[in-house]
Amino acid sequence: MMTTTTPPAPAGTESVPGPPVTRAARVRRRLNSPIATGASILIAVLWTVPTFGLFVSSFRPEDEIKTTGWWTAFSNPQFTLQNYQEVLFGRSASSGQLAGYFINSLVITIPSVLFPLAFAALAAYALAWMNFKGRDWIYIAVFALQIVPLQMALVPLLSFFSEGVSLGGIELMPAWNLDDEEKFVQVWFAHTCFALPVAVFLLHNFISQLPKDLMEAARVDGATHPKIFRSIVLPLIVPALAAFGIFQFLWVWNDLLVALIFAGGGSETAPLTVRLAELAGTRANEWQRLTSGAFISIVVPLIVFLSLQRFFVRGLLAGGVKG
Amino acid sequence: MEFADEAPKLLMLLYGLIAFAVVVGGLLVLLDVVPNWFARRREAALVAASAEGSAVAAGPRPRRRSVVNRPEGVLALFFLLPTLLLLAIGLVVPAVRTTVLSFMDGGSDNWVGLANYKWMFAQDEILGILTNTLIWVVLVPLVATTIGLVYAVLVDRARFESAAKALIFMPMAISFVGASIIWKFVYAYRSGEYDQIGLLNQVWVMVGGEPQQWLNNPPLNTLLLIVIMIWIQAGFAMVVLSAAIKAIPNDVVEAARLDGVNPWQMFWQITLPSIRPALIVVVVTVSIATLKVFDIVRTTTNGNFDTGVIANEMYNQAFRFGQTGQGSALAVFLFVLVIPIVIYQVRSLRKQREV
Amino acid sequence: MAVQSRPRQAFAIASVLALALGATACSGDSESGLDPDSAECQPYSAYQGHDGESVSIYASIRDAEADLLRQSWKQFEDCTGIEIKYDGSGEFEAQLQVQVDGGNPPDLAFIPQPGLLARFAQANKLKPMTAEQKTLAEANYPADWLKYATAGGQLYGTPLGANVKSFVWYSPKAFAEKGYQVPTTWQQLMELSDKIAATNQKPWCVGLESGEATGWPATDWIEDLMLRTQPAEVYDQWTTHGIPFNDPRVLQAVDQAGQVLKNPKYVNGGYGDVKSLTTTPFQEGGLPILQGQCSMHRQANFYANYLPEGTKVGPDGDIYAFYFPAVDPAKGKPVLGGGEFTVAFTDGPAVQAVRQYLMTGEYANSRAALGNWISPNNKLDVSKVEQAVDKLSMEVLLDKSAVFRFDGSDLMPAAVGSGTLWKGMVDWVNGKDTKSTLDFIEGSWPK
Repeated sequence: MMTTTTPPAPAGTESVPGPPVTRAARVRRRLNSPIATGASILIAVLWTVPTFGLFVSSFRPEDEIKTTGWWTAFSNPQFTLQNYQEVLFGRSASSGQLAGYFINSLVITIPSVLFPLAFAALAAYALAWMNFKGRDWIYIAVFALQIVPLQMALVPLLSFFSEGVSLGGIELMPAWNLDDEEKFVQVWFAHTCFALPVAVFLLHNFISQLPKDLMEAARVDGATHPKIFRSIVLPLIVPALAAFGIFQFLWVWNDLLVALIFAGGGSETAPLTVRLAELAGTRANEWQRLTSGAFISIVVPLIVFLSLQRFFVRGLLAGGVKG
Repeated sequence: MEFADEAPKLLMLLYGLIAFAVVVGGLLVLLDVVPNWFARRREAALVAASAEGSAVAAGPRPRRRSVVNRPEGVLALFFLLPTLLLLAIGLVVPAVRTTVLSFMDGGSDNWVGLANYKWMFAQDEILGILTNTLIWVVLVPLVATTIGLVYAVLVDRARFESAAKALIFMPMAISFVGASIIWKFVYAYRSGEYDQIGLLNQVWVMVGGEPQQWLNNPPLNTLLLIVIMIWIQAGFAMVVLSAAIKAIPNDVVEAARLDGVNPWQMFWQITLPSIRPALIVVVVTVSIATLKVFDIVRTTTNGNFDTGVIANEMYNQAFRFGQTGQGSALAVFLFVLVIPIVIYQVRSLRKQREV
Repeated sequence: MAVQSRPRQAFAIASVLALALGATACSGDSESGLDPDSAECQPYSAYQGHDGESVSIYASIRDAEADLLRQSWKQFEDCTGIEIKYDGSGEFEAQLQVQVDGGNPPDLAFIPQPGLLARFAQANKLKPMTAEQKTLAEANYPADWLKYATAGGQLYGTPLGANVKSFVWYSPKAFAEKGYQVPTTWQQLMELSDKIAATNQKPWCVGLESGEATGWPATDWIEDLMLRTQPAEVYDQWTTHGIPFNDPRVLQAVDQAGQVLKNPKYVNGGYGDVKSLTTTPFQEGGLPILQGQCSMHRQANFYANYLPEGTKVGPDGDIYAFYFPAVDPAKGKPVLGGGEFTVAFTDGPAVQAVRQYLMTGEYANSRAALGNWISPNNKLDVSKVEQAVDKLSMEVLLDKSAVFRFDGSDLMPAAVGSGTLWKGMVDWVNGKDTKSTLDFIEGSWPK
């Protein structure tokens, strides 16, 4: 770095004499100053301690959990795997093993992530780059639908499935009458509906920021919208898709309400959350089961996040195209 | 685990994936076909027009402009169709239904006019709930975004960045119910004669206080519940903002560095303006999530001790108390609360279009 | 075209598909059913003829208790070929409402709140009984109980299980050691409490925390005292809003409960002061008795389920219960209880068969034999009831001098009975005065 050309200085900065290299290094050092490090460590600790406490507790015997704080476990170590044993293999023989619910969760989650992603990407592209009447109003309406509380949507959607649609006595769509495993379809459908407003909002934000010149150039070259969407937009929004995919994955994986209504509580379709709520619920404050159960349900989302985390950083690439 | 028991489920998953491939693939194919069809039709029209030799053909056609600005309604409809259809079924119908029900009585049998709204504003308890919701929606986005932003800036390009980010993001991976349980454990109370099992009381006792029943004492308890939401949402803010920070072009940062900008100035003059769009996305998303907050209150206090929020009361009224009308009125009030955010969106969209 | 053919992937998918299909085919029908004509199946012949049909039941009973339920009708399933899909949820009341409103109700449900039952009945969601079932129900259950499943003159359900709430748990060992007598009047109960308080021990322990239902154990106190200070007719008027909630007679009963619940000398043994009531989980409320930190805990017979494994329950054990005494035993023996009612949302033949079976003495005995259960079914063989507390509960239920009343909060509209009453009790225990608490509840009664 031996250039002496000064780029346009941001307003309000005075020029400090001295070789640039040293300056840059100093800035970098100051960024990593003790205060900054201290502050970030403080936040990290505050954010981790509650979970850590739960984690320690999940290995403590029931009596200990209920009578002494988890921090005493270090001076007086008493650990057991009993809690995990109980949650994983349960006392209730007929409700099946946790593994089955685990699979249910996966079967529910995967399509519930893919469908809204694809539909929202298409819609967001149209709302951002296509030219038609009322497009802004459609976007605003979709955005505003985020506020409809899930709870109020349950009954109408359920009757849509169970009674079909009829208008003035004419049946437009028959009842679905789904049984057992088929109920997964209802859950996918519901999750997709509920995810769309926020998905369109987030993806629209990303897609509409793509450089205008790029789009217009492609149009002028005679590319159709579907072609632009496939060959230009799609590769560019991969980080955004991955990011939203992770959030949607977490929401669906952790959802209880939608699953309870549309999948039911049976071992054929109910996800992990329903099972864990049942484990913890009959006798509330059974910390020993809650603690271990919470950790079992955390494992998958954490793995997903850690393995897809690099996509968040790839946001860099999308930004690089800008301007 | 019996594979035989799981097979039908996996089969369903397979069907789901096939359906996905068919629907999305089919849509893309369709989208390829439709414009071609339109192009052919337009060509045919042009040919017909020129054959007639009318005056239309006389003028020079502004071909380039028309390519970019031609209305594309039909094509757009195909892009939007799945989304609009699902939204109509899943959210528009419920929203309309809720609004209608809010003018009816508990069993949805008779029209009661504005009675449910009058009830809402006449009860001290409900007014307290509305106030609480406002406190939530002001504090959560503000604090969660600030913490997320500060942390994202602090750990940016630090040595253990991805590990450090994972720590803050972890609460996102926990369900709201799970998070509430974790914090209920932190706030747990045992009277002074016994060992404390809750961390907060332990710390409080160590600095010389009497053990407190944190969740029983308003207004502090509402703030303590808000802490849970902040704890969850800060991870979301941090991840989005961190990606935005990384998207700031390197040359801009380097240029500022070379100019000897100090970190403080760097933050206010370079970082903050560059990530403004991401910041807005975060604040809006967190605000809406906060307006709808439900699980946290239900798991910790169920709205006792003056901690109720709208979504929680709405659920109780509509589904537990059989007062569908009153529950719906509360839901409609939620719709009203989001209007300022919608107006803001409309304005920023206009601005974006003008550029 | 974007969709390129990818032979390898297609092949992989196809083979997974084949594998999955094969596995389904292989699993086949795992009928563990008995021969319908065997001697064991003889009692079920009346319910046969619906082989392969399934009936869904939804209730709030979960976990180990739910296992016992499933076990109790196992033989019925095997002999009739009807599959009973039982589903228990902690969200029962709200979810049932959603499912019914959404047009997707379960075939049968066990509803613990007569108030909720009446609401569904009024909305025409419940199927009334056939004449045959009605006769059977009237033969098997006391009229007192059937009254709670009747709405608009129609009988909609029969009781399944029951519980008796008018019990005080205590430690027979500790009572014997210290020479305390089991009190038989309210007066004696208070004297005993004072005596224990004088030894610098808190006599009572109470837990009101119960998640979203926090406060309900306090409502049982109020109901028990309403029944003890007022004639049963006034209790009925109170639960049906024949008298306002802030009536002076209600005020008196609540204040009398306050003599214990809000008395810092009496509560909360093992947990601290009065304020600890609302944060002590009801499941743990009586546990200090086992540690000798508390002497008495008013709770229903089902509290036995929350005692640690290995606890000896019985008249000479670690813990046992005595009848919550009347204020004036000469005026009768008031008993507060609860239970759940089987109701039908659909009326297919298989559903009718299951419904009818559940109201028989055969079913009651089949369930009672598995333990931890009592029922007002008068065909129930009391000798089949094993646990000491269940035996005691059956005695109280069958006592001819007893005046039985159903848990009042379950009779009231849910907005009060599972809403403001719970909430009001929580505020009241935490220091709000009785008058304004009752005024608040009165104001919330749906018009």
